[in-house]
Amino acid sequence: MVHQYKNNGYNIVLDVNSGSVHVVDDLAYDVIALYEKEEKDAIIAKMLSRYAESEEPVTAESVQEVLDEVEQLKEEKTLFTEDIYEQYLMDFKKRKTVVKALCLHISHDCNLACRYCFAGQGEYQGDRALMSLEVGKKALDFLIANSGSRRNLEVDFFGGEPLMNFDVVKRLVLYGREQEKLHNKNFRFTLTTNGVLLNDEIMEFCNKEMGNVVLSIDGRKEIHDDMRPARNGKGSYDLILPKFKAFADSRNQEKYYVRGTFTRKNLDFSKDVLSLADEGFRLISMEPVVASPEEPYAIREEDVPVLCDEYDKLAKEMLKRKKEGNGFEFFHFMIDLSGGPCVAKRLSGCGSGTEYLAVTPWGDLYPCHQFVGKPEFLLGNVNDGIINTELQDEFKTCNVYAKPKCRECFARYYCSGGCAANSYNFHGKIQDAYDIGCELQRKRIECAIMMKAAENEK
Amino acid sequence: MKHIQSLTTRNLEESMKKGGCGECQTSCQSACKTSCTVGNQSCEKNKQ
Repeated sequence: MVHQYKNNGYNIVLDVNSGSVHVVDDLAYDVIALYEKEEKDAIIAKMLSRYAESEEPVTAESVQEVLDEVEQLKEEKTLFTEDIYEQYLMDFKKRKTVVKALCLHISHDCNLACRYCFAGQGEYQGDRALMSLEVGKKALDFLIANSGSRRNLEVDFFGGEPLMNFDVVKRLVLYGREQEKLHNKNFRFTLTTNGVLLNDEIMEFCNKEMGNVVLSIDGRKEIHDDMRPARNGKGSYDLILPKFKAFADSRNQEKYYVRGTFTRKNLDFSKDVLSLADEGFRLISMEPVVASPEEPYAIREEDVPVLCDEYDKLAKEMLKRKKEGNGFEFFHFMIDLSGGPCVAKRLSGCGSGTEYLAVTPWGDLYPCHQFVGKPEFLLGNVNDGIINTELQDEFKTCNVYAKPKCRECFARYYCSGGCAANSYNFHGKIQDAYDIGCELQRKRIECAIMMKAAENEK
Repeated sequence: MKHIQSLTTRNLEESMKKGGCGECQTSCQSACKTSCTVGNQSCEKNKQ
Protein backbone atom coordinates (compact mmCIF):
# COMPACT_ATOMS: atom_id res chain seq x y z
CA MET A 1 0.00 0.00 0.00
CA VAL A 2 1.29 3.39 -1.00
CA HIS A 3 -0.11 6.68 0.27
CA GLN A 4 0.94 9.79 -1.59
CA TYR A 5 0.03 13.40 -0.95
CA LYS A 6 1.20 16.93 -1.53
CA ASN A 7 1.67 19.28 1.39
CA ASN A 8 3.43 22.62 1.73
CA GLY A 9 5.23 22.16 -1.60
CA TYR A 10 6.45 18.64 -0.84
CA ASN A 11 5.44 15.57 -2.78
CA ILE A 12 5.42 12.76 -0.29
CA VAL A 13 5.17 9.05 -0.94
CA LEU A 14 4.64 6.87 2.09
CA ASP A 15 5.20 3.17 1.65
CA VAL A 16 2.78 2.18 4.34
CA ASN A 17 3.89 -1.36 5.13
CA SER A 18 7.62 -0.75 5.34
CA GLY A 19 7.21 2.68 6.93
CA SER A 20 9.48 4.21 4.27
CA VAL A 21 9.04 7.85 3.34
CA HIS A 22 10.12 9.24 -0.02
CA VAL A 23 10.15 12.86 -1.10
CA VAL A 24 9.81 12.97 -4.87
CA ASP A 25 9.64 15.41 -7.75
CA ASP A 26 6.44 15.98 -9.72
CA LEU A 27 7.28 13.47 -12.41
CA ALA A 28 8.09 10.72 -9.93
CA TYR A 29 4.91 11.57 -8.01
CA ASP A 30 2.80 11.03 -11.12
CA VAL A 31 4.66 7.91 -12.23
CA ILE A 32 4.29 6.28 -8.82
CA ALA A 33 0.54 6.98 -8.89
CA LEU A 34 0.26 5.00 -12.12
CA TYR A 35 2.92 2.41 -11.49
CA GLU A 36 0.71 -0.46 -10.40
CA LYS A 37 -2.19 0.40 -12.68
CA GLU A 38 -0.55 0.82 -16.09
CA GLU A 39 2.06 -0.79 -18.30
CA LYS A 40 5.37 1.03 -18.54
CA ASP A 41 4.88 2.13 -22.14
CA ALA A 42 1.51 3.59 -21.25
CA ILE A 43 3.03 5.45 -18.29
CA ILE A 44 5.72 6.93 -20.53
CA ALA A 45 3.14 8.01 -23.10
CA LYS A 46 0.93 9.59 -20.44
CA MET A 47 3.82 11.48 -18.89
CA LEU A 48 5.00 12.82 -22.24
CA SER A 49 1.50 14.06 -22.92
CA ARG A 50 0.93 15.46 -19.42
CA TYR A 51 4.20 17.36 -19.35
CA ALA A 52 4.18 18.45 -23.03
CA GLU A 53 3.53 22.07 -22.08
CA SER A 54 5.77 22.02 -19.03
CA GLU A 55 8.68 24.43 -18.65
CA GLU A 56 11.02 21.58 -17.86
CA PRO A 57 10.77 19.10 -20.70
CA VAL A 58 10.02 15.50 -19.89
CA THR A 59 11.52 12.91 -22.16
CA ALA A 60 10.99 9.18 -22.46
CA GLU A 61 14.46 8.83 -20.91
CA SER A 62 13.56 10.86 -17.84
CA VAL A 63 10.40 8.81 -17.29
CA GLN A 64 12.50 5.69 -17.64
CA GLU A 65 14.87 7.09 -15.02
CA VAL A 66 11.98 7.37 -12.60
CA LEU A 67 10.82 3.86 -13.43
CA ASP A 68 14.33 2.57 -12.74
CA GLU A 69 14.41 4.34 -9.40
CA VAL A 70 11.03 2.88 -8.47
CA GLU A 71 12.27 -0.59 -9.41
CA GLN A 72 15.32 -0.12 -7.24
CA LEU A 73 13.22 0.89 -4.25
CA LYS A 74 10.96 -2.09 -4.81
CA GLU A 75 13.98 -4.36 -4.72
CA GLU A 76 15.14 -2.67 -1.56
CA LYS A 77 11.67 -3.31 -0.09
CA THR A 78 10.91 0.34 0.53
CA LEU A 79 8.21 0.86 -2.06
CA PHE A 80 5.12 -1.15 -3.00
CA THR A 81 5.69 -3.58 -0.15
CA GLU A 82 3.02 -5.97 1.06
CA ASP A 83 1.41 -6.17 4.47
CA ILE A 84 3.11 -9.28 5.85
CA TYR A 85 2.30 -8.74 9.50
CA GLU A 86 -1.17 -10.17 10.04
CA GLN A 87 -0.20 -13.67 11.12
CA TYR A 88 2.72 -12.32 13.12
CA LEU A 89 0.38 -9.99 14.94
CA MET A 90 -2.23 -12.67 15.57
CA ASP A 91 0.47 -14.81 17.18
CA PHE A 92 1.71 -11.79 19.09
CA LYS A 93 -1.76 -11.06 20.42
CA LYS A 94 -2.17 -14.64 21.60
CA ARG A 95 0.74 -14.31 24.00
CA LYS A 96 0.00 -14.01 27.67
CA THR A 97 -0.35 -10.32 28.38
CA VAL A 98 0.80 -8.60 31.52
CA VAL A 99 -0.48 -5.43 33.12
CA LYS A 100 2.02 -2.66 32.66
CA ALA A 101 0.13 0.56 33.26
CA LEU A 102 -2.58 1.84 35.57
CA CYS A 103 -4.59 5.00 35.41
CA LEU A 104 -5.33 5.65 39.06
CA HIS A 105 -8.49 7.66 39.59
CA ILE A 106 -7.13 9.13 42.73
CA SER A 107 -9.98 11.61 42.94
CA HIS A 108 -13.48 11.43 41.55
CA ASP A 109 -13.95 15.05 42.37
CA CYS A 110 -12.82 18.22 40.73
CA ASN A 111 -12.46 21.88 41.61
CA LEU A 112 -13.29 22.95 38.07
CA ALA A 113 -16.48 22.37 36.13
CA CYS A 114 -15.20 22.02 32.56
CA ARG A 115 -18.13 21.93 30.20
CA TYR A 116 -16.75 19.18 27.97
CA CYS A 117 -15.51 16.88 30.73
CA PHE A 118 -15.95 13.21 29.76
CA ALA A 119 -15.72 12.47 33.48
CA GLY A 120 -18.86 14.49 34.22
CA GLN A 121 -17.04 17.14 36.27
CA GLY A 122 -14.91 14.48 37.86
CA GLU A 123 -17.51 12.09 39.19
CA TYR A 124 -17.79 9.78 36.18
CA GLN A 125 -21.56 9.68 36.46
CA GLY A 126 -21.21 8.32 40.00
CA ASP A 127 -20.54 9.65 43.48
CA ARG A 128 -17.78 12.00 44.47
CA ALA A 129 -14.99 10.10 46.14
CA LEU A 130 -11.28 10.11 46.91
CA MET A 131 -9.16 6.98 46.66
CA SER A 132 -7.95 5.78 50.03
CA LEU A 133 -4.31 4.93 50.63
CA GLU A 134 -5.34 1.33 51.21
CA VAL A 135 -7.05 0.98 47.82
CA GLY A 136 -4.11 2.75 46.13
CA LYS A 137 -1.62 0.36 47.69
CA LYS A 138 -3.69 -2.61 46.59
CA ALA A 139 -3.70 -1.21 43.09
CA LEU A 140 0.09 -0.98 43.04
CA ASP A 141 0.33 -4.49 44.52
CA PHE A 142 -2.03 -5.73 41.81
CA LEU A 143 0.13 -4.07 39.15
CA ILE A 144 3.34 -5.60 40.45
CA ALA A 145 1.75 -9.03 40.82
CA ASN A 146 0.38 -8.98 37.28
CA SER A 147 3.32 -7.42 35.48
CA GLY A 148 5.27 -10.62 34.83
CA SER A 149 8.84 -9.88 33.80
CA ARG A 150 8.10 -6.35 32.66
CA ARG A 151 10.29 -3.97 34.58
CA ASN A 152 8.92 -0.53 33.75
CA LEU A 153 5.52 0.02 35.35
CA GLU A 154 3.52 3.15 34.63
CA VAL A 155 1.11 4.78 37.02
CA ASP A 156 -0.77 7.91 36.08
CA PHE A 157 -2.45 9.88 38.85
CA PHE A 158 -5.65 10.99 37.22
CA GLY A 159 -9.06 12.25 38.18
CA GLY A 160 -11.13 14.28 38.52
CA GLU A 161 -8.40 16.40 39.92
CA PRO A 162 -5.66 14.31 41.58
CA LEU A 163 -4.26 17.19 43.61
CA MET A 164 -7.48 17.15 45.64
CA ASN A 165 -6.05 13.95 47.10
CA PHE A 166 -2.37 14.85 47.01
CA ASP A 167 -1.52 13.34 50.36
CA VAL A 168 -2.47 9.92 49.02
CA VAL A 169 -0.52 10.61 45.81
CA LYS A 170 2.59 11.29 47.87
CA ARG A 171 2.16 8.26 50.07
CA LEU A 172 1.56 6.01 47.09
CA VAL A 173 4.72 7.24 45.39
CA LEU A 174 6.69 6.47 48.55
CA TYR A 175 5.04 3.04 48.74
CA GLY A 176 5.84 2.41 45.08
CA ARG A 177 9.48 3.36 45.61
CA GLU A 178 9.72 0.84 48.45
CA GLN A 179 8.02 -1.90 46.51
CA GLU A 180 9.98 -1.42 43.30
CA LYS A 181 13.21 -2.29 45.08
CA LEU A 182 11.73 -5.45 46.53
CA HIS A 183 10.36 -6.64 43.20
CA ASN A 184 12.99 -5.34 40.77
CA LYS A 185 10.56 -2.97 39.10
CA ASN A 186 10.79 0.65 38.05
CA PHE A 187 7.73 2.80 38.61
CA ARG A 188 7.20 5.64 36.19
CA PHE A 189 4.75 8.02 37.81
CA THR A 190 2.88 10.69 35.92
CA LEU A 191 0.25 13.20 36.96
CA THR A 192 -2.47 15.03 35.08
CA THR A 193 -3.68 18.23 36.73
CA ASN A 194 -5.77 21.32 36.16
CA GLY A 195 -3.31 23.34 38.21
CA VAL A 196 -5.73 24.93 40.66
CA LEU A 197 -4.02 23.50 43.73
CA LEU A 198 -0.46 23.56 42.42
CA ASN A 199 2.06 25.08 44.82
CA ASP A 200 5.81 25.03 45.33
CA GLU A 201 5.77 21.97 47.53
CA ILE A 202 3.76 19.95 45.00
CA MET A 203 5.97 21.08 42.13
CA GLU A 204 9.09 20.11 44.02
CA PHE A 205 7.66 16.70 44.79
CA CYS A 206 6.58 16.18 41.20
CA ASN A 207 9.94 17.27 39.85
CA LYS A 208 11.56 14.60 41.97
CA GLU A 209 9.10 11.80 41.36
CA MET A 210 7.00 12.32 38.23
CA GLY A 211 8.42 11.24 34.89
CA ASN A 212 5.86 13.42 33.14
CA VAL A 213 3.19 15.88 34.14
CA VAL A 214 0.23 16.84 31.97
CA LEU A 215 -1.03 20.35 32.63
CA SER A 216 -4.51 21.09 31.36
CA ILE A 217 -4.91 24.48 29.68
CA ASP A 218 -6.83 25.29 26.53
CA GLY A 219 -4.85 28.13 24.97
CA ARG A 220 -6.24 31.65 24.68
CA LYS A 221 -7.68 33.05 27.90
CA GLU A 222 -11.19 33.57 26.55
CA ILE A 223 -11.31 30.06 25.10
CA HIS A 224 -9.96 28.48 28.27
CA ASP A 225 -12.23 30.44 30.60
CA ASP A 226 -15.31 29.66 28.55
CA MET A 227 -14.87 25.89 28.76
CA ARG A 228 -12.89 25.53 32.00
CA PRO A 229 -14.67 27.57 34.66
CA ALA A 230 -14.45 26.97 38.38
CA ARG A 231 -17.53 25.69 40.17
CA ASN A 232 -18.56 29.28 40.80
CA GLY A 233 -18.51 29.97 37.06
CA LYS A 234 -15.38 32.12 37.12
CA GLY A 235 -12.65 31.37 34.58
CA SER A 236 -9.53 29.57 35.79
CA TYR A 237 -6.94 30.86 33.30
CA ASP A 238 -5.43 33.64 35.38
CA LEU A 239 -5.12 31.33 38.35
CA ILE A 240 -3.31 28.51 36.62
CA LEU A 241 -1.20 30.14 33.90
CA PRO A 242 1.52 31.56 36.17
CA LYS A 243 1.71 28.26 38.04
CA PHE A 244 2.07 26.24 34.85
CA LYS A 245 4.76 28.58 33.55
CA ALA A 246 6.71 28.26 36.78
CA PHE A 247 6.20 24.47 36.76
CA ALA A 248 7.41 24.07 33.17
CA ASP A 249 10.47 26.22 33.87
CA SER A 250 11.22 24.33 37.06
CA ARG A 251 11.30 21.15 34.95
CA ASN A 252 13.69 22.83 32.50
CA GLN A 253 10.97 22.77 29.85
CA GLU A 254 11.21 18.97 29.75
CA LYS A 255 9.03 16.03 30.73
CA TYR A 256 5.74 17.83 30.76
CA TYR A 257 2.95 18.75 28.36
CA VAL A 258 0.55 21.58 28.49
CA ARG A 259 -2.51 19.88 27.10
CA GLY A 260 -5.61 21.51 25.80
CA THR A 261 -8.89 20.47 24.28
CA PHE A 262 -10.41 22.28 21.35
CA THR A 263 -14.07 22.21 20.45
CA ARG A 264 -16.42 23.49 17.78
CA LYS A 265 -16.24 26.83 19.56
CA ASN A 266 -12.58 27.28 18.64
CA LEU A 267 -12.09 25.57 15.32
CA ASP A 268 -9.21 28.03 14.84
CA PHE A 269 -7.35 26.08 17.49
CA SER A 270 -3.94 26.74 15.94
CA LYS A 271 -4.21 30.14 17.61
CA ASP A 272 -4.56 28.41 20.95
CA VAL A 273 -1.50 26.28 20.34
CA LEU A 274 0.45 29.39 19.33
CA SER A 275 -0.87 31.27 22.33
CA LEU A 276 0.63 28.59 24.57
CA ALA A 277 3.89 28.76 22.62
CA ASP A 278 3.91 32.55 22.99
CA GLU A 279 3.57 32.11 26.73
CA GLY A 280 6.83 30.19 26.65
CA PHE A 281 5.65 26.58 26.70
CA ARG A 282 7.76 24.27 24.57
CA LEU A 283 5.85 20.98 24.85
CA ILE A 284 2.26 21.38 23.77
CA SER A 285 -0.61 19.04 23.09
CA MET A 286 -4.05 20.08 21.85
CA GLU A 287 -6.74 17.49 21.20
CA PRO A 288 -10.14 17.58 19.56
CA VAL A 289 -12.96 17.23 22.06
CA VAL A 290 -14.70 13.88 22.10
CA ALA A 291 -18.36 14.51 22.77
CA SER A 292 -21.84 13.29 21.90
CA PRO A 293 -22.92 14.74 18.55
CA GLU A 294 -25.86 16.56 20.17
CA GLU A 295 -23.53 18.74 22.25
CA PRO A 296 -23.21 22.20 20.71
CA TYR A 297 -19.44 22.11 21.13
CA ALA A 298 -18.98 18.66 19.53
CA ILE A 299 -16.85 18.50 16.38
CA ARG A 300 -18.99 17.75 13.33
CA GLU A 301 -18.08 16.12 10.05
CA GLU A 302 -18.47 19.47 8.29
CA ASP A 303 -15.75 20.93 10.54
CA VAL A 304 -13.11 18.50 9.36
CA PRO A 305 -11.85 20.54 6.35
CA VAL A 306 -11.51 23.63 8.54
CA LEU A 307 -9.58 21.68 11.14
CA CYS A 308 -7.32 20.15 8.48
CA ASP A 309 -6.48 23.66 7.28
CA GLU A 310 -5.66 24.57 10.85
CA TYR A 311 -3.23 21.67 11.13
CA ASP A 312 -1.57 22.83 7.90
CA LYS A 313 -1.29 26.37 9.21
CA LEU A 314 0.16 25.15 12.46
CA ALA A 315 2.72 22.93 10.74
CA LYS A 316 3.94 25.79 8.54
CA GLU A 317 4.16 28.18 11.47
CA MET A 318 6.07 25.62 13.52
CA LEU A 319 8.60 25.15 10.73
CA LYS A 320 9.00 28.91 10.49
CA ARG A 321 9.51 29.30 14.22
CA LYS A 322 11.98 26.45 14.32
CA LYS A 323 14.01 28.11 11.60
CA GLU A 324 13.99 31.30 13.62
CA GLY A 325 15.29 29.44 16.67
CA ASN A 326 11.97 29.69 18.47
CA GLY A 327 10.58 26.22 17.89
CA PHE A 328 8.29 24.11 20.04
CA GLU A 329 6.93 20.59 19.97
CA PHE A 330 3.33 19.73 19.23
CA PHE A 331 2.46 16.30 20.57
CA HIS A 332 0.47 15.19 17.54
CA PHE A 333 3.14 16.26 15.06
CA MET A 334 5.87 14.39 16.85
CA ILE A 335 6.90 11.37 14.89
CA ASP A 336 9.96 9.25 15.25
CA LEU A 337 10.61 7.87 11.78
CA SER A 338 13.99 6.28 12.45
CA GLY A 339 13.58 5.03 16.00
CA GLY A 340 9.85 4.72 16.56
CA PRO A 341 7.99 1.71 17.82
CA CYS A 342 8.30 -1.81 16.43
CA VAL A 343 5.55 -3.15 14.21
CA ALA A 344 4.04 -5.19 17.04
CA LYS A 345 3.48 -2.04 19.06
CA ARG A 346 2.17 -0.20 16.03
CA LEU A 347 -0.50 -2.75 15.19
CA SER A 348 -1.54 -4.25 18.48
CA GLY A 349 -3.81 -1.49 19.74
CA CYS A 350 -3.53 0.77 22.76
CA GLY A 351 -3.54 -2.04 25.31
CA SER A 352 -6.71 -0.94 27.08
CA GLY A 353 -8.34 -3.74 29.02
CA THR A 354 -5.21 -5.85 28.99
CA GLU A 355 -1.93 -4.00 29.55
CA TYR A 356 -3.59 -0.80 30.63
CA LEU A 357 -6.36 -0.54 33.21
CA ALA A 358 -8.11 2.23 35.09
CA VAL A 359 -8.76 1.95 38.81
CA THR A 360 -11.64 3.81 40.45
CA PRO A 361 -11.48 5.27 43.98
CA TRP A 362 -13.24 2.10 45.16
CA GLY A 363 -10.69 -0.19 43.51
CA ASP A 364 -12.83 -1.27 40.58
CA LEU A 365 -10.98 -2.07 37.38
CA TYR A 366 -12.06 -0.79 33.96
CA PRO A 367 -10.43 -1.17 30.53
CA CYS A 368 -9.38 2.49 30.58
CA HIS A 369 -10.26 5.84 32.09
CA GLN A 370 -12.85 6.51 29.40
CA PHE A 371 -14.86 3.38 30.24
CA VAL A 372 -15.12 4.21 33.93
CA GLY A 373 -18.73 4.79 34.87
CA LYS A 374 -20.05 2.35 32.25
CA PRO A 375 -21.15 -0.66 34.35
CA GLU A 376 -21.03 -3.04 31.38
CA PHE A 377 -17.26 -2.48 31.24
CA LEU A 378 -16.46 -3.39 34.84
CA LEU A 379 -13.59 -5.89 34.61
CA GLY A 380 -12.92 -6.68 38.25
CA ASN A 381 -11.30 -5.06 41.26
CA VAL A 382 -7.95 -4.74 42.96
CA ASN A 383 -8.82 -7.39 45.55
CA ASP A 384 -9.96 -10.14 43.23
CA GLY A 385 -8.23 -9.12 40.02
CA ILE A 386 -9.89 -9.54 36.61
CA ILE A 387 -13.23 -11.29 36.98
CA ASN A 388 -14.85 -10.57 33.63
CA THR A 389 -12.32 -12.46 31.52
CA GLU A 390 -14.74 -12.62 28.59
CA LEU A 391 -14.69 -8.85 28.34
CA GLN A 392 -10.93 -8.80 28.68
CA ASP A 393 -10.65 -11.31 25.85
CA GLU A 394 -12.67 -8.98 23.66
CA PHE A 395 -10.18 -6.20 24.34
CA LYS A 396 -7.32 -8.58 23.78
CA THR A 397 -8.42 -9.24 20.22
CA CYS A 398 -8.76 -5.54 19.51
CA ASN A 399 -6.11 -4.59 16.95
CA VAL A 400 -5.90 -3.04 13.50
CA TYR A 401 -6.70 -6.31 11.70
CA ALA A 402 -9.90 -6.64 13.72
CA LYS A 403 -11.08 -3.31 12.33
CA PRO A 404 -12.14 -3.32 8.69
CA LYS A 405 -11.66 0.45 8.36
CA CYS A 406 -8.06 0.21 9.53
CA ARG A 407 -7.13 -2.37 6.92
CA GLU A 408 -7.66 0.24 4.22
CA CYS A 409 -6.04 3.10 6.11
CA PHE A 410 -2.47 4.33 5.66
CA ALA A 411 -2.39 5.69 9.20
CA ARG A 412 -2.81 2.35 10.94
CA TYR A 413 0.89 2.05 11.79
CA TYR A 414 0.76 5.40 13.60
CA CYS A 415 -2.46 5.19 15.61
CA SER A 416 -2.55 1.46 16.25
CA GLY A 417 -6.24 1.29 15.42
CA GLY A 418 -7.39 4.31 17.37
CA CYS A 419 -9.21 4.67 20.63
CA ALA A 420 -11.51 1.80 21.69
CA ALA A 421 -13.61 4.12 23.84
CA ASN A 422 -14.20 6.51 20.98
CA SER A 423 -15.21 3.59 18.80
CA TYR A 424 -17.65 2.40 21.44
CA ASN A 425 -19.10 5.87 22.02
CA PHE A 426 -19.85 6.42 18.35
CA HIS A 427 -20.56 2.91 17.07
CA GLY A 428 -21.48 0.86 20.13
CA LYS A 429 -18.56 -1.55 19.71
CA ILE A 430 -14.83 -1.40 20.29
CA GLN A 431 -13.79 -2.88 16.94
CA ASP A 432 -14.91 0.09 14.88
CA ALA A 433 -13.30 3.51 14.55
CA TYR A 434 -14.43 7.05 15.32
CA ASP A 435 -14.51 8.48 11.82
CA ILE A 436 -13.92 12.17 12.54
CA GLY A 437 -11.05 11.26 14.82
CA CYS A 438 -9.58 9.11 12.04
CA GLU A 439 -9.76 11.92 9.50
CA LEU A 440 -7.96 14.27 11.86
CA GLN A 441 -5.42 11.63 12.76
CA ARG A 442 -4.58 11.07 9.10
CA LYS A 443 -4.10 14.78 8.60
CA ARG A 444 -1.83 15.07 11.61
CA ILE A 445 0.34 12.25 10.36
CA GLU A 446 0.59 13.85 6.92
CA CYS A 447 1.68 17.11 8.54
CA ALA A 448 4.16 15.37 10.81
CA ILE A 449 5.80 13.57 7.90
CA MET A 450 5.84 16.74 5.81
CA MET A 451 7.68 18.49 8.62
CA LYS A 452 10.29 15.73 8.63
CA ALA A 453 10.70 16.18 4.89
CA ALA A 454 11.15 19.93 5.37
CA GLU A 455 13.67 19.48 8.15
CA ASN A 456 15.56 16.91 6.09
CA GLU A 457 15.95 19.42 3.29
CA LYS A 458 18.07 21.78 5.35
CA MET B 1 18.67 9.14 -6.90
CA LYS B 2 17.64 11.99 -9.12
CA HIS B 3 13.87 12.00 -8.69
CA ILE B 4 13.33 10.32 -5.35
CA GLN B 5 14.86 11.14 -2.02
CA SER B 6 14.26 8.73 0.85
CA LEU B 7 14.14 9.77 4.49
CA THR B 8 15.76 7.56 7.08
CA THR B 9 13.07 5.35 8.57
CA ARG B 10 12.95 2.32 10.80
CA ASN B 11 12.57 -0.86 8.79
CA LEU B 12 9.27 -2.24 10.08
CA GLU B 13 9.84 -5.72 8.67
CA GLU B 14 13.15 -5.92 10.51
CA SER B 15 11.41 -4.79 13.69
CA MET B 16 9.45 -8.05 13.73
CA LYS B 17 12.62 -9.93 14.60
CA LYS B 18 13.51 -8.15 17.82
CA GLY B 19 10.30 -6.27 18.53
CA GLY B 20 7.40 -6.86 20.85
CA CYS B 21 9.27 -6.65 24.16
CA GLY B 22 6.45 -4.49 25.55
CA GLU B 23 8.70 -2.28 27.67
CA CYS B 24 7.57 0.86 25.87
CA GLN B 25 5.13 3.39 27.20
CA THR B 26 1.40 2.77 27.03
CA SER B 27 0.04 5.28 24.55
CA CYS B 28 -2.54 6.87 26.84
CA GLN B 29 0.02 7.47 29.57
CA SER B 30 1.68 10.13 27.47
CA ALA B 31 -0.45 13.18 26.84
CA CYS B 32 -3.43 12.09 24.88
CA LYS B 33 -6.08 10.34 26.98
CA THR B 34 -8.69 10.78 24.26
CA SER B 35 -7.05 9.43 21.10
CA CYS B 36 -4.40 6.84 20.42
CA THR B 37 -1.02 7.81 19.14
CA VAL B 38 1.90 5.45 18.88
CA GLY B 39 3.88 6.89 15.95
CA ASN B 40 5.50 9.48 18.18
CA GLN B 41 6.60 7.08 20.86
CA SER B 42 10.10 5.87 21.38
CA CYS B 43 11.26 2.30 21.28
CA GLU B 44 12.64 1.42 24.68
CA LYS B 45 15.43 -0.63 23.11
CA ASN B 46 16.58 2.29 20.98
CA LYS B 47 16.78 4.46 24.08
CA GLN B 48 19.37 2.19 25.64
